[in-house]
Amino acid sequence: MNHAALETERGVSLWRDAWLRLRRNRLAVAGGVTLMLLCTLALLTPWIAPYDYRAQDLALGASPPSAAHWLGTDTLGRDLLTHVLWGGRISLAVGFVATGVALLIGVLYGTIAGYAGGRVDAVMMRLVDILYALPFMIFIILLMVIFGRNLILLFLAIGAVEWLTMARIVRGQVQALKQQEFIEAAVSLGLSRWTIIRRHLIPNTLGPVIVYTTLTIPSVMLLEAFLSFLGLGIQPPASSWGLLISYGAETMEEYPWLLIFPGAALSITLFSLNFLGDGLRDALDPRIAKD
Amino acid sequence: MALLEVEDLSVWFHTRNGVTRAVEGVSFTLDAGETLAIVGESGSGKSVCCYSLLGLVPMPPGRVESGSAYFAGRDLLRLPPPALRAVRGNEIATIFQDPMTCLNPFLTLGEQLMEPLRYHRKANRKTARRRALELLDEVGIVDAERRFDAYPHEFSGGMRQRVMIAMALIAEPRLLIADEPTTALDVTIQAQILRLIAELQARRNLAVLFVSHDLAVVADIADQILVMQDGRVVERGAPADLFRDPQHPYTRKLLAASRRGHKDAPPPPQREALIEVEGLRTWFSEPGGRTVKAVEDVSLTLYRHEILGVVGESGSGKSTLGRSILQLVRPTAGTVRLRGTELTRLGERQLRPLRRHLQMIFQDPYASLNPRMSVFDALAEPLLYHRLANRGDVTTAVLALMDDVGLPRSAIRKYPHEFSGGQRQRIAIGRAIATRPEVVIADEPVSALDVTIQAQILDLILALVARHDLSLIFISHDLAVVRYLCDRVLVLHRGKLVESGVTETLWQAPKENYTRELLAAAPSLD
Repeated sequence: MNHAALETERGVSLWRDAWLRLRRNRLAVAGGVTLMLLCTLALLTPWIAPYDYRAQDLALGASPPSAAHWLGTDTLGRDLLTHVLWGGRISLAVGFVATGVALLIGVLYGTIAGYAGGRVDAVMMRLVDILYALPFMIFIILLMVIFGRNLILLFLAIGAVEWLTMARIVRGQVQALKQQEFIEAAVSLGLSRWTIIRRHLIPNTLGPVIVYTTLTIPSVMLLEAFLSFLGLGIQPPASSWGLLISYGAETMEEYPWLLIFPGAALSITLFSLNFLGDGLRDALDPRIAKD
Repeated sequence: MALLEVEDLSVWFHTRNGVTRAVEGVSFTLDAGETLAIVGESGSGKSVCCYSLLGLVPMPPGRVESGSAYFAGRDLLRLPPPALRAVRGNEIATIFQDPMTCLNPFLTLGEQLMEPLRYHRKANRKTARRRALELLDEVGIVDAERRFDAYPHEFSGGMRQRVMIAMALIAEPRLLIADEPTTALDVTIQAQILRLIAELQARRNLAVLFVSHDLAVVADIADQILVMQDGRVVERGAPADLFRDPQHPYTRKLLAASRRGHKDAPPPPQREALIEVEGLRTWFSEPGGRTVKAVEDVSLTLYRHEILGVVGESGSGKSTLGRSILQLVRPTAGTVRLRGTELTRLGERQLRPLRRHLQMIFQDPYASLNPRMSVFDALAEPLLYHRLANRGDVTTAVLALMDDVGLPRSAIRKYPHEFSGGQRQRIAIGRAIATRPEVVIADEPVSALDVTIQAQILDLILALVARHDLSLIFISHDLAVVRYLCDRVLVLHRGKLVESGVTETLWQAPKENYTRELLAAAPSLD
């Protein structure tokens, strides 16, 4: 298959070069390592969490960090470390899966619309406009009512909303790129449409896409908190960083640690994401490379 | 005392990667009513030299290391910024290569013309308007009153350059710096603009500092020529002396590049027709419902082993013709046959396998290469896609291609931005011949390059045509290049075929008026 051959050759060029460049960027590597660490902790939570997440100690109530409870306990006497770990599972999963869904749909949809142009583009983008106009909350509540509350659906629902902006960004990019001579050159080489999209268009849209992705992940995490707050997402005793933060915010004057620790977890994630994202964007643009 | 006396000017750029000596010990004098031309290729320091006089070189990284530049008794290099600002645009005016990027697209020309009058001269609206109209008239804008409220995009390139000149003249400067003012223009327009500058100079006793990469352009207008290379003046003199008896090897190289000569060999016997175009018509409908007839009833035949030139000014439809032959733009009517196969009725899917026989070299090597593909990637793609190589031997094939187009093998992992314009064009040429095509259409492949680099690329194209048995359609607005390269020529004007014939015959005895005009306008050293 010539496609397979192209794929392998590509492996030794842009992506491999990008990987080499990324490895030289210390901030990006630090961000990547931190993210991997967080994900590992999230995966191992069932085995390493110090307490059962359902366990309460009403007699203890809210207590500051101590040897027994490293991050303290909440008003119901539940161990905060346990909850931050379990919450991280949900938040990271929502963040990555929903953004992944948005990325996949958005980039493909936007590229196809932008490249096809004309009537196809008009129809595809009007659909996006209609979905945009639909009040987001009503859309999600509708989904939840019809399909019942479930975590996968939550991922999909958020992803299904977030891809709209991604599609618009990518479409704009592709429309500008399409006019460039190197696309015309690719056509005159006799490459198929799909090859042109995959090898010439998408790699050149990655800069803004990566930046937008790193912005989407945190906003998705907060969206989940908002939905959960309304009773549409995660329900206690299960938890997420967004939920922990919103409860922590209510009691921040008496029990500041309830806000500080989940907040710190989310902040660290965001910082790592941004560093990794910026590193990726630079690594994928050979023009920025400094050898 | 001369109007401008530059003594021992040195401008260096201090960057992380070391010091670049952009200008090194340049001296010259320029009197009122005189024209001094600075000639050199990009990177020779000719522009930096001029901009440093105006304080327009970014500092840092730039720094004036030594020298003085006395303009009417004041040292421009030591004037405080406010005083320099008063000189700039007021006593010294500048026109640039690309008039479109220098005009504000959101303001009418009238507004932009009146601005300096109102700013520098504190004129009221009415006087400013009257003065601006006079100037538009002076630079040859017909119907100035009506064009006053038009926006820049409504003007052609030549008209815009005229407006830029009007803007430059509005404050009645004593020195005009012209940085490649005609490089982006067609030959006939170039001739008009050069004539205009000369007229204005005589009328206003202007001193002109003219920067160009092409000796032929400045041959008629310059009193003195400075030839610059790597920041230094390598030779200076009056044009007649310089052309008759160049001393420095670099000057000789520049002269050779501009004085191209012509093809001696008779065109090959015309037997096998590769491309046959009949009654080709390509129209575009514009948003306003207007139809642009880019190509109107053009027929041509390209024979095997032949280099066929297509000459015309911008807007003549020559690029659209090339793209229509390649089916990159679908023609409105007419037929295009490749070895007898009609292309216009084939769908994109049926065309794809045929495309490898029919390749294109684009004008702008900056835009025609994917910035995220290394040389290896760009050259391997067509080879692998058309199964002319497999994964095992593709590297060998790419290296062979690189040898073929004169790229160093060590460059295989580099990306387009790491190359100069000429080298990029080599990559693009390599990509075009990778599929072993029979026909290559080259659309102004050297127009974006310096003359010396142009010569190298043209020789490369000639060598490849011979080595790979290519037939070439060469689209260009540069007549000297076409004469050097092509066996036969077609002249296009406003989408229509004006004249065609064997190159030298057409040069010696053009039949049509338009062809004669075109030939007369081309700059030459003779």
